[in-house]
Amino acid sequence: MSATGGAAVGGGGVPALEATALARSYGDVVAVDGVDLAIREGELFALLGPNGSGKTTTIGMLCCLLRPDRGSASVRGHDVRTDARAAKAVISVVPQETAIAEHLNAWENLRLMGGLHGVPSDEIRTRSEQLLDVLGLAGRADERAKKYSGGMKRRLSIAMALVSDPEVLILDEPTLGLDPQARRGMWEHIASLKGRTTILLTTHYLEEADALADRIAIMDAGRIIAAGTASELKDSIAGGRVTEVRAVGIDGSALEALRAVYPQATPVEGGVDIAGDDVDLYRVQDLLRPLGVTIESIGGTQISLDDVFLTLTGKQWRE
Amino acid sequence: MRTGQLARRNLKSLLRDPLSLGLALVLPVGMLLILIAVGNAVGETEAPWMTATVLTPGIALFGYVMLMFSSAMALSRDRDSALLDRMITTPVSASDFIAGYSLPYLPVALAQTVVLFVIGTFFGLVMVGSVGLVLVVLGLMAVFYIALGMIFGTTLTVNQVSGAYSAVLLLTIFGGAWIDLSALGGAFEAVANLFPFAHALDATRAVMAHGAGLGEIASDLAWVIGYTLAAAAAAVWLFRRQMIR
Repeated sequence: MSATGGAAVGGGGVPALEATALARSYGDVVAVDGVDLAIREGELFALLGPNGSGKTTTIGMLCCLLRPDRGSASVRGHDVRTDARAAKAVISVVPQETAIAEHLNAWENLRLMGGLHGVPSDEIRTRSEQLLDVLGLAGRADERAKKYSGGMKRRLSIAMALVSDPEVLILDEPTLGLDPQARRGMWEHIASLKGRTTILLTTHYLEEADALADRIAIMDAGRIIAAGTASELKDSIAGGRVTEVRAVGIDGSALEALRAVYPQATPVEGGVDIAGDDVDLYRVQDLLRPLGVTIESIGGTQISLDDVFLTLTGKQWRE
Repeated sequence: MRTGQLARRNLKSLLRDPLSLGLALVLPVGMLLILIAVGNAVGETEAPWMTATVLTPGIALFGYVMLMFSSAMALSRDRDSALLDRMITTPVSASDFIAGYSLPYLPVALAQTVVLFVIGTFFGLVMVGSVGLVLVVLGLMAVFYIALGMIFGTTLTVNQVSGAYSAVLLLTIFGGAWIDLSALGGAFEAVANLFPFAHALDATRAVMAHGAGLGEIASDLAWVIGYTLAAAAAAVWLFRRQMIR
């Protein structure tokens, strides 16, 4: 699958976020190497990649913090290099680190960010009330943020991005460092924004991208190596399904017999995995039982994004 | 409005750190009282340099050095955290940022100056010339020091800011804050006159002790204005470079 084609905007019109051949190096280290992106209005687009794959540098260029060495990028048609102020007016960013003023309370943090975006005071007040309520911070909104838990700080950080009611929201690893329960809660908040706000989300949690994103681009070593919906990405690998055979007694001859029919059979701990959507479960049993193999379980499962990454890069995903 | 939001936030930071704020007010006062006491002990004939009239403007500059340090630390700390980057992604200009970080320190500088001069009067401070002119010169110097703070905060790490503070403090002392520059003479005096500190002190002391007017201090004032404008412009330029790296 072509990264450019996979990330291409559909339905015509100006994409909310667009990058063409975007590149950036730090000395001899190439952080981003020719990234093409086109994100539709109202879409939740996930940029997925392991640490160091170039996600944060890509985001830095899209939100006008880092100067691209090559290529171009625009936010709702505003070039990030030549029209940065207009581009900044329509975006809001939630950085990877919790970026809040700890000596201010939640109200004051929201007033600060709303004010910097030029939102009138009465609108800031109204939106703050709603956001603090929705994000479960209303009860402690008068306390200084330094007293908040990690999850509360993260929620406040997101509220600070939403107080300007941005057209484009950029979330850089929004759930990094959160416990599983807080992460789930954050997913719900992000999902609730889908459709009305264009969201670019970077994450190195595979399940996060799978659960939230309309489309996903996988980054590795500064390049987008695949893009599409989660289903498209999985289907691109052997039809998107794998048959897991868990059995005792699979030896060389049993594997050879299987591979004669299903060449993609791969030995794994406790059995064999067979990629492909044309595996006949009865035929597998007929092939193995005469060879003394005791089958404990056999069944099909969907390929995961983990498998997609492994297939595309030859590298195991490490979170 | 954007400058106002930023200034309000930074003023709150300042007010919610009462220890730093208190030290910024108390330390210069303590320094003035100690030096006046030493001068009284030695006697004015032996140490004409240690009178309230001569010392007060110098100690005012010392107070501004502390504000420079405090403003530099505030900006540098924000650079260390992700908050400044986040604020930079909003449609706010470099000059708005510099103004927003600087403005909260100006009332503190004014308060320091007023307190020092009020205390000075209790110890024989002479004010022959225009108080307004003295405040103009010192006000410009306060802006200059805070602009230096912005330059250091934009370019240096929190640890490096301490080094810069020491360097500026030394330049201020050797600019004649509480030593007799003319007694040092030669190269010391020549080098000191390349910086605005000596000029600001010469101007304020001339107004206070001899009633000098604008025309008489014009040359010194030009140095102070030149340095202040250059520092403010440099702070905005450097911050603009920081906004996109």
